[in-house]
Amino acid sequence: MSVRTVRKTRGVVGESVRRVDGVPKVKGQFLFGSDLWAEGMLWGHTVRSPHPSARIRSIDISKALARPGVAAVLVAQDVPGKKTYGLEFADQPVLAWDRVRYAGEPVTILAAVDPETARRAASLINVDYEILPAVTDMEQALRPDAPKVHDFGNILRHIRIEHGRSAKADVWVEGYYETGMQDQAPLGPESGMAIPAEDGGVDLYVATQWLHVDREQIAPCLNLPLEKVRLHLAGVGGAFGAREDVSMQIHACMLALRTGRPVKMSYTREESFYGHVHRHPAHVWMRHGARRDGTLVYVYARLVLDGGAYASSSAAVIHNAATFAAGPYEVPNALIEATCVYTNNPPCGAMRSFGAVQAAIGYEAQMDKLAKALGMPPIQLRLKNVVSPGSVLPTGQVIRGSAPVRELIRRCAAIPLPPEEPAERRDPLSLPGGAGNVSRGERLKRGVGFAVGYKNIAYSGGFDDSAEARVRLFRGPGGAIAEVHSAAAEVGQGIHTVLVQIARTELGIEHVVLHPPDTNVGSAGSTSASRQTMMSGGAVQLACQAVKKDLFARVRRWAQAEGRTVPEPLTVEGGMVLAAGEPLAPIEEFLETPIEQTRVYHHRPTTPIDEKGQGEPHVSFGFAAERAVVEVDEELGLVRVVQIAAAQDVGRALNPQGVYGQIEGGTAQGLGFALMEEIQLKDGLIKNASFTDYLIPTILDMPPVVSELIEEPEPGVPFGAKGVGEMSTIVSTPAIVAALRSATGRELNRIPVRPDDLIGLSPPVTSPGPPPSPEVPGPEPIPKYVGLAAGQAILGGTE
Amino acid sequence: MATHHTTPEVTPVPITVTVNGLTHRHAVEPRTLLVYYLRETLGLTGTHIGCDTTSCGTCTVIINGLAVKSCTILAAQADGADILTVEGLARDGQLHPIQEGFWQEHGLQCGFCTPGMMLTALQILQRHPDPSDKEIRHGLEGNLCRCTGYQQIVAAVQYAARKMAGNSPD
Repeated sequence: MSVRTVRKTRGVVGESVRRVDGVPKVKGQFLFGSDLWAEGMLWGHTVRSPHPSARIRSIDISKALARPGVAAVLVAQDVPGKKTYGLEFADQPVLAWDRVRYAGEPVTILAAVDPETARRAASLINVDYEILPAVTDMEQALRPDAPKVHDFGNILRHIRIEHGRSAKADVWVEGYYETGMQDQAPLGPESGMAIPAEDGGVDLYVATQWLHVDREQIAPCLNLPLEKVRLHLAGVGGAFGAREDVSMQIHACMLALRTGRPVKMSYTREESFYGHVHRHPAHVWMRHGARRDGTLVYVYARLVLDGGAYASSSAAVIHNAATFAAGPYEVPNALIEATCVYTNNPPCGAMRSFGAVQAAIGYEAQMDKLAKALGMPPIQLRLKNVVSPGSVLPTGQVIRGSAPVRELIRRCAAIPLPPEEPAERRDPLSLPGGAGNVSRGERLKRGVGFAVGYKNIAYSGGFDDSAEARVRLFRGPGGAIAEVHSAAAEVGQGIHTVLVQIARTELGIEHVVLHPPDTNVGSAGSTSASRQTMMSGGAVQLACQAVKKDLFARVRRWAQAEGRTVPEPLTVEGGMVLAAGEPLAPIEEFLETPIEQTRVYHHRPTTPIDEKGQGEPHVSFGFAAERAVVEVDEELGLVRVVQIAAAQDVGRALNPQGVYGQIEGGTAQGLGFALMEEIQLKDGLIKNASFTDYLIPTILDMPPVVSELIEEPEPGVPFGAKGVGEMSTIVSTPAIVAALRSATGRELNRIPVRPDDLIGLSPPVTSPGPPPSPEVPGPEPIPKYVGLAAGQAILGGTE
Repeated sequence: MATHHTTPEVTPVPITVTVNGLTHRHAVEPRTLLVYYLRETLGLTGTHIGCDTTSCGTCTVIINGLAVKSCTILAAQADGADILTVEGLARDGQLHPIQEGFWQEHGLQCGFCTPGMMLTALQILQRHPDPSDKEIRHGLEGNLCRCTGYQQIVAAVQYAARKMAGNSPD
């Protein structure tokens, strides 16, 4: 259970501060993207391909266009500018023309006076498809005779990391693991509204994770200069990676510009499953070797990830899967090969802890196998091998920052286990199966599992990651007020509250207001990779320090004019300027005119990895450990997670209550992945695109989460704070699966684990062995080699 | 606001409903779900739509004293009903103790599930003024949250219970 903390409305860094958006959210006044409304607005609608691979012979929109209430129906030829977009490579058509590459790909869009008219008009659009062979299996995609998803082939990126050399070990363990396709399932659907502007441009209000990268993709497709495409953050109903890619953005803008009216688009839940990227399914082969005393000497890892039809952020996902494949362990010798392929499945991209999640499911199962083979307690084996500052990772990167992994493990393991409850006389609702009430608990088995994991904080691989913030300090009715302007997307995680806390801390005032996030300030970068506390937090801190410098210059000029000397150093606190610690005057006395400063924060540079996977790809690392206690009904395969004990390396908790919330929420998504969450695909088609068939954890599925925060400040980052959003998601899945293995004695090498796996109705998944590594020019993404990074040279250049 | 789902060939049904103490009279298409009526006709967008299949509970409102997912009933069925939505929870500029609890205990992150959670919590507290952890969890099992892991939601309801019982909530 979270520690009860003192809560404040106007607190500084390190205090549990109530959310700045809390009051509008509890009053129902907070406007999510789906709540937007404008006079005379139209509703947009998307018509999608029902086939995973097909050629478009013709599209007949005439009947839809003739329907009363329909204002526009648009096809690929109507895209005003560039025909393709993409987060890293512009390989995805705004609207398909010639080819469709996944079921759900947008083909036409329309705008009508209300959603029902739009839906009915959409059913009148006739698209004639010639169905083509589809490749829907990631290993099949690697075979030379497989259908090609793109002209250049099916390889998206292949990474090889060679570290040390082959080694002799006393004990070897091998494993094969498969993970399914998880959905982020944010409760708020993709939504936004585009409003045409008098200057020929457009204002888009949208629920997104990164306003500026959306704009960079939207503007060229609209054939508009960047400054004519103005983005504003609408309320975001959860994100978890699903909103990193463009969904309805370009479509709504096209319809608004064509009709001259505001156009709102809001996906239904079913459409949301087709309208955003998912977590990559993975096939993982691993071999671990250790000396008799438990020292890890060799790790071999081969990973294949299904990227689906378009690149999205796959190049970064496979980079993380590869660079974290050996886990947070010191290993002198490693060979890691990781391939992301294109298939005709729905595109995969960012989801909380991408790549690191799939890797951890493999390496943590391997560590347990190794412990068993050595006859060593699993926690002891981990304590023996975990990294610490100075450790060398398989990429050759040395951990320079804090890495209190041993303490994490000890603190997590020391959390008291829940008492065993006899099944007899227990409330049946607290048995596995819960409200189903199908068991009396005759054959309950309890299991305990443990997992450790880690990932990078902020962007990696040489990307020039930055965030801008503007701070304006001015005289208000009750004293000095600071306004913070940042484009950082608040998606629920609490960054806006943290930014305000930082401004209060730096400027010594209570009253700080946030300017709504938009593109009138520079990019904050993405709300992803656990990066905003460091990046936008750093930018706000720098801007505040610049404002303070100007303020103190004014104080000194005033003193000089008055013929006074003020003792140094000057500081601010409690709304006052202090001179050598003594109150001098209220801050607002020096604010006859406001002070405004804009600053950009960069983290220290990273490097891309070379042909052997060597380099310094990551900035900073966050670690987590979790222990899961489960009960399994051996006859029915039903599971109850009894308790999660969690310990997380947070650097410094800027808003402890918010940090606990991130750990608990991240754990819930990992629990869902372990036990129930999977997009069921058959021949490229999603079979469960609804919340009745795609299950996410309810309040009865979630056990108490007992969390410990390990605060060892990270050197060289603002306030020593590490990002905290993702690490619990990495470890909760392997911890729960380990507990299920300990309860049942079964292999359980496919995630999510299903009831039939638990009772032995389905055998473990097997593999004849890893596929050969593709012959590719280097570790760079393949679309880059074929020129997509430069725009649309191959795919987008023709219609 | 424009009426949602207009199709000329269908005869609208007249309804009278009281929402947050105000009485409204409208003619609605028979197929219109209550949630669309609240959001599109009355402009009360605090009641959210998260799933379309009665799974998520973000559209929960109180109808004649019962917590109901407003996507499961037709607006026409609500004729004569007394409805409370999230917009009616705060009174005289004061947050309801449940609202205070969700803010105070960090019972929300993105906030999309929050209105439905709070209205279901209101029903729990009416039935169990001093609810156990189990009673809260069983009461909220029809409301999904994707952000919090639910623990701070339980704490928020407990906070409200203490406050409503006249005890110090902290």
